[in-house]
Amino acid sequence: MSDIPDLECRAVSKSYDDFQAVQDVSFSVPKGTFFSILGPSGCGKTTLLRMIAGFQNPTGGDLLIKGKSVLEVPPNKRPVSMVFQHLALFPMMNIGANVGFGLRQLGVNKTDIKAQVERVLERVGLGGVAERSVSSLSGGQKQRVAIARCMVLEPSVLLLDEPLGALDLKLREHMKVELKKLQSEFNTTFVYITHDQSEALVMSDQIAVMNKGAFEQIGTAKDLYYQPQTAFVAGFVGEANKYTAKVEAAAANGLHLVTRDGVHLRGVDTGDRLGQGDTAQVFVRPEAIRLSRKSADMDQMANTGAGQVESVLFNGANSQLILRDARTGSELNVALPQTAEFRDLTKGDQIHFGWEADQTRCYRQGT
Amino acid sequence: MTSDKSKLGFILLLAPLLIWLITLIVLPHVGMFLVSLREKTGIREYETSFANYAVFFNEPLYWNTFARTAYMSIAATALTLLIGFPVAYYIAKLTRGRTKTTLFLMCLIPFWVSELVRTFGWMILLRETGVLSSFLQYLGVVSGPVEFLYNDAAIMTGLVYTSMLFMVVPLVTTLDSLDDSLIEAGYDLGGTNWSILREIIIPHAMPGIVSGCIVVFMLSLGNYLTPILLGGKDSLWFTGLIYNQFITRFNWELGSAFGFLLLGLSSLIVFLALKLSGQSLGKTMGR
Repeated sequence: MSDIPDLECRAVSKSYDDFQAVQDVSFSVPKGTFFSILGPSGCGKTTLLRMIAGFQNPTGGDLLIKGKSVLEVPPNKRPVSMVFQHLALFPMMNIGANVGFGLRQLGVNKTDIKAQVERVLERVGLGGVAERSVSSLSGGQKQRVAIARCMVLEPSVLLLDEPLGALDLKLREHMKVELKKLQSEFNTTFVYITHDQSEALVMSDQIAVMNKGAFEQIGTAKDLYYQPQTAFVAGFVGEANKYTAKVEAAAANGLHLVTRDGVHLRGVDTGDRLGQGDTAQVFVRPEAIRLSRKSADMDQMANTGAGQVESVLFNGANSQLILRDARTGSELNVALPQTAEFRDLTKGDQIHFGWEADQTRCYRQGT
Repeated sequence: MTSDKSKLGFILLLAPLLIWLITLIVLPHVGMFLVSLREKTGIREYETSFANYAVFFNEPLYWNTFARTAYMSIAATALTLLIGFPVAYYIAKLTRGRTKTTLFLMCLIPFWVSELVRTFGWMILLRETGVLSSFLQYLGVVSGPVEFLYNDAAIMTGLVYTSMLFMVVPLVTTLDSLDDSLIEAGYDLGGTNWSILREIIIPHAMPGIVSGCIVVFMLSLGNYLTPILLGGKDSLWFTGLIYNQFITRFNWELGSAFGFLLLGLSSLIVFLALKLSGQSLGKTMGR
């Protein structure tokens, strides 16, 4: 019983006349999971979500909710609810009528509707506002009303279409935590789409990274961050320094690469079976790079170099340095270590840096 | 000093409107009202009385026509709304870009021709020897020529046709401003076509519906050409009576009284309709 996923997509595709919006997307979401679909705008994630909601029909594949195909089910009969990008609260009704809309369609009697609406509003922390108008609420409160309006119907899957996009930064940070809390409280499956990686990383149990209509990788936030399987994921999730290099030698314990500027790099193959002469894309995370004032400290590192501090981007715990590599003149992004040692670093200082071979992830160019 | 200047500017800006309102609307109506209160007692002898209004209430033909004009206009308004709403919805919500502009223009095209010519066009279609009658004879549906003109249905057709644009334009404008995601949210929450129309689309379009209805109702009630030409002798219209009093009978006193009764009637019906629909004039026109 419990092993039937709440939502399952089997090779779902959507193509227009000359354009494939979604191609062969397959995934399943177990009950109670916070599942995010992360991708740049125009990658087809909204189309995918609208197909799950039933506003668009896939041109291929199958969609199952609780093990049953819903392809033939119109949107108003599907056991999914959607929180729209701009929330789409009905301005012509008060908050109670908004939340009660779905129940009224089911023909629930008035006193029950009133009781259920009040209960769900209390659960989202908005008890006693049922008589007020929608416009009297703040952005965050509207968000919670929109979720309450869906949750009162107890859907199998709640779809969220970038609902935090319209909020200001401070409120967005707050709502991230709140959404996650609401999800675990209702214990409902959430499918959340966003182009904001920090939203996805913070809230999700599982994340799918989508690019050009196809899924690049599905995994936990940690998987995506530390073991990206494709060059796109490595570049899109989190920050990374990027090189393009030719493979000089491929051995079992790692790759030896040379960039066009002549920098020698040692890295690991991520499964693309790179061979000698192949062109590779190389990614190094800013926080993987160690800094030191003495070159001797870097002797153990596989990749080393020295450079000048170009600028210090101070942002509290997330401060970064931009270094200019002495040999190639290329810029390198390095996370500023949170120790007192480098606190007095300023523009123009000389510094040595280095990182391990297994922090240097290599992908075949063009994949 | 500055407040005096801005006051002067305000008065100057307001002046054209005030002149228009006073000289073209208030003064003629005051004059008409005074005329309507005169009772002719002899040659060039008049007395102030309500005798002209009494004539209206004592002559069944007059108030029957009056009532008929009212309910025919209400019916024409309702019919225009029923036909105009789907048209406006289609233009506003189901078409985009060029198609939308084209359809909107097509609603406008009949109004490039004068109302008189348009009405004659309907007469060509509907008269005994007209297009429709000949076509039905050609098909063999009817054996002899049929007269479609000179009845209430012909008047109704003409009125709806004449007023359609004035219903469609405000409706398209309000429906355009309805966010598509509200309709989708309605479906997503289990709404049916009917419940979404009733709970989301119509409440949103209410200001457009009310302003469209007011304009169409006023136009129908005050229409002269269409009812006279398409209705003929058998279908009297109150504006026709007013015309008769002024021009044929040369009885300006009674004509003025009729004019004032018509003004009172239209105001009363609009007021009642606003009360019934729970809208206010300010709310409707303010958007």
